[in-house]
Amino acid sequence: MNAVLAAIALLILASAGIALTLRNIVRSVILLVVTWFGIAAFYLWAGAEFVAFAQVLVYGGAVSMVVLFAVLLVRHGKAGVAETPAPSGRIVSALLAGGAIAGALAGAVALTPLAPAAGPAPFAPVRHIGVLLLNTHAASLLAAGAILTVALLGGVVLAAGGGPEKEDGP
Amino acid sequence: MRLLATTDSSLLERAPVLLRDALSGLLPPPARWTANALIEIVAILAVFGTLFAFLTLAERKILGRVQNRPGPNRTGWFGLLQPFADGIKMLTKEDIVPRLADPILHFAAPVALVAFSLMSFAVIPYGRHLLALDMDSGVLYFFAAGASSELAVFMAGWSGRNKYSLLAAMRALAQLISYELPLLLSFVPVVMISGSLSPSAIVTAQGGWHLGFIPRWNVLTPWGFAGFAIFMVASLAESNRSPFDLPEAESELIAGHLTEYSGFKYALFFMAEYFGMCALGGMAVTLFLGGWQAPCAFLGFIPSYAWFGAKLLALLLGFIWIRATLPRLRIDQLTRFAWKFLVPLALVNLVTVGFWHLSASWSRGFDPLRWAIAIALVVIPFVAMGRRLSAGLGPRTYRFAAQ
Repeated sequence: MNAVLAAIALLILASAGIALTLRNIVRSVILLVVTWFGIAAFYLWAGAEFVAFAQVLVYGGAVSMVVLFAVLLVRHGKAGVAETPAPSGRIVSALLAGGAIAGALAGAVALTPLAPAAGPAPFAPVRHIGVLLLNTHAASLLAAGAILTVALLGGVVLAAGGGPEKEDGP
Repeated sequence: MRLLATTDSSLLERAPVLLRDALSGLLPPPARWTANALIEIVAILAVFGTLFAFLTLAERKILGRVQNRPGPNRTGWFGLLQPFADGIKMLTKEDIVPRLADPILHFAAPVALVAFSLMSFAVIPYGRHLLALDMDSGVLYFFAAGASSELAVFMAGWSGRNKYSLLAAMRALAQLISYELPLLLSFVPVVMISGSLSPSAIVTAQGGWHLGFIPRWNVLTPWGFAGFAIFMVASLAESNRSPFDLPEAESELIAGHLTEYSGFKYALFFMAEYFGMCALGGMAVTLFLGGWQAPCAFLGFIPSYAWFGAKLLALLLGFIWIRATLPRLRIDQLTRFAWKFLVPLALVNLVTVGFWHLSASWSRGFDPLRWAIAIALVVIPFVAMGRRLSAGLGPRTYRFAAQ
């Protein structure tokens, strides 16, 4: 079992790592989709069928298309993507933001008690998941939706480029 | 495949399962589970591979008949060997990969497309005992596998390093995304009524008869009929069939995202298209047409998989008939139809099914009122939105043709 988990982890980490290093952004996106499929495989390995299929449906089907459209439809400069070295201010802020997220995630993982559950894993039928999502965790579901909407709006603002742009020559 | 209720079904009904068990019984017990799974995979591949071959022939024959010509009739008896001749031709053709193409993605696109479309066959209940994978969230699995094929279309268009195929792929994606939404929304009522995402439970929920002779299929309710219609239109578009065959449009574009493909890779795209059509038809049968259930109680002696096959073939012939009859839409008409008509109708259908669910406890005397309200909830939005959508578009004047 652990060999399967190691293979899945290797797939996720390797595809994500290569996606970061590639110069061609479309290839990065396709490798990112491979990462998402790896995460779905991890959910399947963990016995969470519903979450795995939802992951494939939402990330593999919908989010990947949004990312591809964003990548291909946003007007690039003549220099292409990420050709010029980024200014140091951007590097610092990127490191700060990435470090904050990594710290929050690491803290959450470190503070969660990961004691092995006694007995067999609880069986969660889809109906039970639905009731939980729409009753107990309805607020967090709505919050996640709001965050995704904000992210989408941010993507649109970034794609629009902000302010009137100079028309490119013919 | 599960072996359930061995006592109450006939020998013919259990024959496929018994055959499988006899085959895997030759092996030692630890290998039987794997052997059973392999036999099921081979059976699905063989049945749908053959169906694919003869569906292409049936399509060409029927299209020929509709257009008043005989269709293929030179290979074998009545052209019966034509699919095999086509296969050999495709296999012997040269496989051309453009010099600037991305070789890995160019190769992976048709493979991924066929793989994803084959995966969706796993959760369709073909008969009372014929279900390869009984999953609690099988419907979700089906649509997840279908949604993944969009990525393969993009890979095919992008990897050829041809701007026309990239543009065509983006257009195909716009179509696939537009019709994904009504497709997903149209099956939600079925899930709401049967209270399960498992295809076998959905089929079981459609068992029995109203008044002793009207089957309890979902299509025979107002919300089910609307959902079935939306599902069929959306699955025509999802499987790139005419009148939504814009991604390929062989008579206008070169071949869309398939421009840079040749030989057997090109054939794989066709195979995936037909497999997707069969899978969506099978899911429509499962969700709306009662799955493997017989239409009348006294016809129950015919094995359930025969009923499934008959319903699936009827839907596939309907697809071919539509292709022979309707002209192709334009891309703006196509997306407008999805977003301004199908999606709102599918959303209204959720209200209809909510009403149907809540009014289930009404006494029998209110049944006509219940039906009238539900039918009104389906018909009035359909007419109102249809009129708004087609306002100002007709009647068409023919300035140069004879009236």
